[in-house]
Formats: sequence, structure tokens, C-alpha cells
Amino acid sequence: MDKEISPEQGKKKVISIRNLNKAFEGNQVLRGINLDLYEGENVVVLGRSGSGKSVLIKIISGLLKQDKGSVQVMDEEVGTLPVKDLQKLRQRIGFSFQSSALYDGMTVKENLEFPLVRNKRGLSNKQVQQAVEQVLHDVGLLQTMNQMPAELSGGQKKRIGIARTLILNPEIMLYDEPTGGIDPVTCVEINHLINKVRQQYKTSSIIITHDLTCAKMTGNRIAMLIDGKISREGSFDYVFDTNDADVKGFYNYNFITQQ
Amino acid sequence: MPAITRVIINQPVVIYFTNECGIMQNNANISEGKTRPVFAERILQFLNALSAIHRFIGRFFKEAFSPPYEIREVIRQCFNVGYKSLAIITLTGFITGIVFTKQSRPSLSEFGATSWLPSLISIAIIRALSPLITALIAAGKIGSNIGAELGSMNVTEQIDAMEVSGTNPFKFLIVSRVVATTCMLPVLMVYAAFVGLMGAFLNVHQNELTSFTTFIHDAFVRISFLDIFASVAKSIVYGFTIGIIGCYLGYNASRGTVGVGKAANSTVVISMFLIFIEEMIIVQIVNLLR
Repeated sequence: MDKEISPEQGKKKVISIRNLNKAFEGNQVLRGINLDLYEGENVVVLGRSGSGKSVLIKIISGLLKQDKGSVQVMDEEVGTLPVKDLQKLRQRIGFSFQSSALYDGMTVKENLEFPLVRNKRGLSNKQVQQAVEQVLHDVGLLQTMNQMPAELSGGQKKRIGIARTLILNPEIMLYDEPTGGIDPVTCVEINHLINKVRQQYKTSSIIITHDLTCAKMTGNRIAMLIDGKISREGSFDYVFDTNDADVKGFYNYNFITQQ
Repeated sequence: MPAITRVIINQPVVIYFTNECGIMQNNANISEGKTRPVFAERILQFLNALSAIHRFIGRFFKEAFSPPYEIREVIRQCFNVGYKSLAIITLTGFITGIVFTKQSRPSLSEFGATSWLPSLISIAIIRALSPLITALIAAGKIGSNIGAELGSMNVTEQIDAMEVSGTNPFKFLIVSRVVATTCMLPVLMVYAAFVGLMGAFLNVHQNELTSFTTFIHDAFVRISFLDIFASVAKSIVYGFTIGIIGCYLGYNASRGTVGVGKAANSTVVISMFLIFIEEMIIVQIVNLLR
């Protein structure tokens, strides 16, 4: 693997992945992944659909278990944590789903209240209301508070999905295809929001995407995932300054589709 | 794919399928050319499902009795299961009462025994019809709703979203729904019996001019505590069955919209099948106690 030294290397590691392997029914999806996330940085994991990007962050959040290897989040080994400890750890991790995964039987307000009232018991109604208003203000959708998810556009759903994770003040954000399935203008708005979240909430993030614009706008560091392995890692310019056919092909395909 | 059966003397029956090219293969392992019998695969799948559902039920009891309790969600689900089923239960209970009375009258009048109608109807309604009708309606309405709702939540990653936000989705989604169906089915059953008896009374009053007091007296004279207890117990068992089957199939629905439909459909079919088996077993036990 070609790797550029991270400018954040001196900082504290919040996620450390070593020799991670995962297979589904004999199909090896991840093959010996090594990746670190340092405090305050955004790492973008780029790769084609089906390359195992989403599997990677599902293992980090404990939704899936690895076959082999180690995944440490805030110095805790995710795969071996007891359920209660894992639930506590998850309160420090925000996960923004590709499909937004808003609870469609609840209003936007109820969606945002849901994790808050369950994880921070004892909050008054006023405090909950204030927290909901604050995150909605931060994602620029205060006016949607009483709407149902079905009444929102794709971009609005993504923002509410991000707001729902922000309400717990996470230290780590995991974004699964944050710009997937939305128009280019909204994509840029989401990219700005990801950067705003990093600055305002002091989060460290892993962003899973196949969108080069998203990678360039949001990533301090890019990890290129090809055939279940990280083939190149470093700044955007470093990763794509190569003659590797797979990496070049990915870059050119994105370039053509964006014209 | 047409199925053919190859029967060899002293060998188990194996079902093979021919594909479009006419090559013989079994359903179990087409790609690798192995000939694992279909029925063995089915039995294995059935045993695996049985083991999984036992673990699911075990987890339900573990989660149900450990704090924190999702009281508000249980109440909300009770409202969904109970209140929202009242209209259909009223209609079917009432019609059952009238129709059963009308159908029973000719046979009894042949022996000049129409005065026995209230007793006959109350025995039929309280002992058998109201628990069974309520359960079958609940399997269709509530069971399919639970299967489809949880299946769709699973497919759209809403259950995963709950899990990563530090909430226990099993407690919030499964325990609340199973508790609601288990608690509300007996209530709906008692209500269905009441409405059924009212339907029967209207018909009896219209034809035999029996007063309400006489009808009620005659209706309950042959009903024992054991009858009522058995019906309530049956409804509790049916409610638990519908809840747990709907939740299990919805919670484990395979990805995609097909999985959602399958979860809803299978919930109704399996619940109804189990309800009839449970009915048979409980009736045998009650008859032994009688």
C-alpha cells in the first residue's frame, strides 16, 4: 500500500483499525484493512459500490462483527465489548445512514428527541426542546420541526439524519454515502455541512463515498479502497497522483460522469 | 421448473428439479452440482428456524423483565392493537352472534328446545368462537401490520439507526409489541363475546320475545368460571403467538421490499396455523380439568 504520512499523526488516535478482515458466505469483502483516524480530522474512504466501504463503518459502529483483526474506538475494542458498554460507546459515535433511516412513524421533532430522551434521562422538556431547536438550526431546517419524514426532500432527510446524530454531541461521526442520491447543488450543501459539523462540534469523521467532489471538499485524508484493501492513502492530490490503473480509472470515471 | 420425484426402493424420496436446459439438479445446491436432498435441506431450515425463534423468545423474556421499561411505547402499542381493532371486532362479533343464533334455531325448534338458544349460544361464543375469531382477526390485522412495519424498518435501516444511537431496539420495538398483543387480546376477546351475545340477544328477542334479563340469566347459567378462565388463557396464548411471530419475522426480514411482503404474509399464515394447534391443545387440557 502507498501511504502518505498524515499531518495529524501527532494527535490522539480515536479509531485504530488493524488487519481487518470480513467475508460474507465465502465472499471476502475486506482483506487486511489498516486505518487510523486522528482527533479532529476527516478521513474519506473512497471506493466503488460493493467494495466494502459500508461494511467497514458498520464494523466500526458494532453493527457487524469482523472475522479477524482489531477495531479500537476511543481505546475500546469494539468486537469484544459487552452490550451495555457498546451502547455507551455508541453514544459517542454518530452514524449518518445512506438512506437517512429516519423513523417514518415520527415527526422530525420526535426523531430528534428519540435518542436524546433515551440516552440522557432526566432532561426537562424545555432542555429537550432547546436541544432539538439548536441542532435543527445548525443544519438549517428549523422550519421542518413538525413535518413527517415523508414530506421532506432527499437532501432534507440527509440533514435531519445528521441532526439526529448531532443531538448527542458525538466525538466521532461516521457518514455513509452522505451525498448519495441527491442533486449536485444539495451535495455541495451537504459537504459544507460536514465541514461545519467538524468545526462546530469538534468531531473526527470517517466519510464513506464514491463522490470525488465530496472527497475533495470534506477529506483531510483519503483512503482508496480497492478489492477490499486500502491501495493508497494520503491527501487527495497524493492519492490520485499515480499510474495505478484502478485508481486512475476511478478518477476518470468520476470526472466523465460529472461533465 | 418442473419437479420430478425419483423413488428408489429402500431409499428416501428425493425431489429433483430440471432446469431450462433439462439438466437434473436439486433445489438445495444447484451451483455446485451436489445432490443434497430437498427434504433434508427443508428439515435443516425448519430446525434452524425453530432454534432461532426459541432464542428470540428467550431474549424477549430477558429484555421484558430488565429495566429500563418502555412504558409509554407499551401504552402506545396497546392503543394501536386494542382501540384500533374495535371496529372490526364489533362488526365480526355482532354478525357472528346473529348468524350463529339464526343457524341454530331450526335444529333446536325441531325438538321444541328454542328456550335453550341462549345457553347454547353463550357456550359456543364464550368457550370457542370469541377467542378464535378475535385471534384470527388479530392475526390478519395486527400480525400482518407488525410483520410489515418491522420488516420495512429493517429494510430501511431504521432498526440499525436505533441500535447505533444507543437505544435497545429489541426492547423498544419487540417487547412493547409482544406485551401489547398479549395484554390486549383477552380484552378484545371479552369485548367480542359481549358484542356477540348482544347480537344473539337481538335475534332471540325478535323471534322469541325473550327479555334481556332472562336472556342473560339463561346465557350464563351453564357458563362456569373454568370456561371464562380458559378463554382468557387462550387469548393470552394467542396474543403472545401473534406478537412474537410478527416481531420475529419482521425483525429478521431479508433486505428488500419482497422481504417486507413475505414477513407480513408469513406472519398471518404461521400465526393462524399455530392458533389452531394451540386451540386443539388447550381444549384437550380444559376437558381434562372439567
